[in-house]
Amino acid sequence: FMDIKLFDLNNDASLVIDIPDALCERDKVKFTVHTKTTLSSFQKPEYSVQRQHEDFIWLHDTIVETEEYAGLIIPPAPPKPDFEGPREKMHKLGEGESSMTKEEYAKMKQELEAEYLAVFKKTVQVHEVFLQRLSSHPMFRKDRNFQIFLEYDQDLTVRRKNAKEMFGGFFKNMVKSADEVLISGVKEVDEFFEQEKNFLLDYSSKIKDATAKAEKMTRSHKNVADDYNHISGALNNIAADNNTAFKKHLEKCAEVFEKLRVSISKVEDRMASDQELKLTELLRYYTRDIQAAKDLLYRRARALADYENSNKALDKARLKGKDVAQAEENQKQCLQKFDKLSESGKKELTSFKARRVVAFRKNLIEMTELEIKHAKNSVSLLQGSIEVLKSN
Amino acid sequence: MSEERDPAALEAEDDLFVSAMESPEAARLSAEDISPSSNGPKAEPVLLDDDPDDPDDLFAEIDEDEEESRDTFDIQISVSDPEKVGDGMNAYMVYKVLTKTSLSIFSRDEVCVKRRFSDFLGLHSKLASKYMHMGYIVPPAPEKSIVGMTKVKVGKEDLSSVEFVEKRRSALERYLLRTVKHPALLKDPDVLQFLESSELPRAVSTQALSGAGILRMVNKAADAVNKMTIKMNESDAWFEEKQQQFDNLDVQLRKLHASVESLVCHRRELSVNTASFAKSAAMLGNSEDHTALSRALSQLAEVEEKIDQLHQDQACADFYLISELLGDYVRLITAVKGVFDQRMKTWAKCQDAQVMLQRKREAEAKLQHANKPDKLQQAKDEIREWEGKVQQGERDFEQISKNIRREVGRFEKDRVKDFRVVIIKYLESLVHTQQQLIKYWEAFLPEAKAIA
Repeated sequence: FMDIKLFDLNNDASLVIDIPDALCERDKVKFTVHTKTTLSSFQKPEYSVQRQHEDFIWLHDTIVETEEYAGLIIPPAPPKPDFEGPREKMHKLGEGESSMTKEEYAKMKQELEAEYLAVFKKTVQVHEVFLQRLSSHPMFRKDRNFQIFLEYDQDLTVRRKNAKEMFGGFFKNMVKSADEVLISGVKEVDEFFEQEKNFLLDYSSKIKDATAKAEKMTRSHKNVADDYNHISGALNNIAADNNTAFKKHLEKCAEVFEKLRVSISKVEDRMASDQELKLTELLRYYTRDIQAAKDLLYRRARALADYENSNKALDKARLKGKDVAQAEENQKQCLQKFDKLSESGKKELTSFKARRVVAFRKNLIEMTELEIKHAKNSVSLLQGSIEVLKSN
Repeated sequence: MSEERDPAALEAEDDLFVSAMESPEAARLSAEDISPSSNGPKAEPVLLDDDPDDPDDLFAEIDEDEEESRDTFDIQISVSDPEKVGDGMNAYMVYKVLTKTSLSIFSRDEVCVKRRFSDFLGLHSKLASKYMHMGYIVPPAPEKSIVGMTKVKVGKEDLSSVEFVEKRRSALERYLLRTVKHPALLKDPDVLQFLESSELPRAVSTQALSGAGILRMVNKAADAVNKMTIKMNESDAWFEEKQQQFDNLDVQLRKLHASVESLVCHRRELSVNTASFAKSAAMLGNSEDHTALSRALSQLAEVEEKIDQLHQDQACADFYLISELLGDYVRLITAVKGVFDQRMKTWAKCQDAQVMLQRKREAEAKLQHANKPDKLQQAKDEIREWEGKVQQGERDFEQISKNIRREVGRFEKDRVKDFRVVIIKYLESLVHTQQQLIKYWEAFLPEAKAIA
């Protein structure tokens, strides 16, 4: 099922997580989260629980809200499962059923099921990666809520609702509304962070653009594959529906055209899908991850701003001769916080770059190998068909 | 061809097949083969002595040999070098028509003439009026396009008008090749004149908005109405079956054509989107601060650019090989259906003649008892006249039926061959594209692996 993975994150045997299965019920997707662990903090060595997309979001949000993690890059939340595309197609299929032949209908249904499966694969992959990012990080893997998420054998819905009341998405909103402005406005003393800031701001817009363009390209590719499907169907109809002296010859043609449907249409479709899974999904993921890195810079910038404000407050207090001790304490704490964020941030951003390079390498290689495989496959099928047609 | 033959047996159609059967290697038309009495449409083509109820038979004998004779069918036509003549709304394109042949009905081995679009339409118009009513399938001329042509006249040198001219040039070439492939049309003096004469009288009546053009439209409408009112008693199952078959084929071809047009459109979109992604990937590569990854991304961008070019080329193949051919066949099917309609008209004429004859006989019977010897004689004369017309009508009907059977057989053979050739060519173009893709990706693979 999960033959194509974006990252290899299950490196540490002490906590291994995967999503072996998922169910699609109407609007909701229910993921089966499977955990195997040797850690003593867990009650049992193995768990299998049902989780919904909203549960993942809850987990992500609680982590974002946790002050302790302010200096870490928080793994981006998985996007909501989007079955809109195939659902629309299914609707159209239902409407057009009466005007199609049985074969056409069966073929379209097959296509549709393949599309559903592709969306499914993607959403499972992206939810799985989120959990694996957490489990492979020394700090997140110890998070209490993470453990609850993996262990709790009941529905998390109630807990989620309570949590929402507690946090109200306060911090999240702050981070969201914060701007590049704040980051770019910061007077940076540290060379490392100055470079990172410039890099992330630029890279962020470039990767967003590349993602959008890759999506468009993949969509066009799918359209082409679709057209070939219809064409071979139509060719088939013409060849099959023939009562002439050339009946036998045309029957052979009908066979060839059916094979062509496989060699051209299906291959184009696989090419488009694999390109999407490897390239487009990679770009999509990193667009989100870059945003998470930017959020870290933002939090550090805020901490710096707080520190600078605390300095000003201390000066004021000294001038007035009032509440000096308090102001001193505040300033000390702000500095501590800022230093902590800077130290941890540096580590995080460095390992982020390494991670990014490894992921791009893996996926570019895999995509290229798949494209070559499909093209070779296509060539041999096409040449076979040409032989048959020529031999007649 | 130095065989002695009874001139009476040498009629237009017969030659090609008979000579092919007797000596396939020398299957070329020469002047002696053409009976001196054949001067274009007046010569009733003598049909092969086969059983008209078994069309398979038509091909059983001549399959192999005709195949060979077709392959050595020695005439090549090319339409090229479009040139704009004049300015503004009176401007027009002139094409070079080059004919290379060793057939002796042509005065030279190689002839080059200049023709404009209306000349082609004029040729078709003449051929249609001469041969359609006999049941010959006259290849339809390429379509007019007021919008497309206006752009060219107005002097827009953009991509779409260049494409338009190329599309038209290619269509004109296919039109001529199809026309000369028809054994009777090849020998038609109008066709010869078109291919050979340096000056051609301007075909004014082909203009869409001319008097003749309007008359054509009116006639077409009238024909359509008539078709609906003629209820023919089809005694021949072959015709009924074929009619149904062509109706089905018409629908299927149009569907196929629509799908192919969609493919061309989507492939062009894919090309545009690939180019756009390539640029974006290059920008991303520039922004990337890890050196090896940055290089790999730039290489990826280059690969995608090359792939974009591949898509463009493939889209052209999609279009010129398949889409245009399908368009041609959709129009050809219309011509085939037209020929069936002609047969119906001929039948109707025959019926009308019989009705008239009946009336004349009744009139004569009445006049038997009246004492009007002059009128009686006149009535008898009229009866003879209409008996003659009925006979002629029946002969015409039989003739057109025979012609159509033969034409349909030839059409089906050509169609199957045409399609097979084109599909093979197209598949080969796809193979080429895939092989190029393999090359590009295999070159990129080490670059991706080099990311460290």
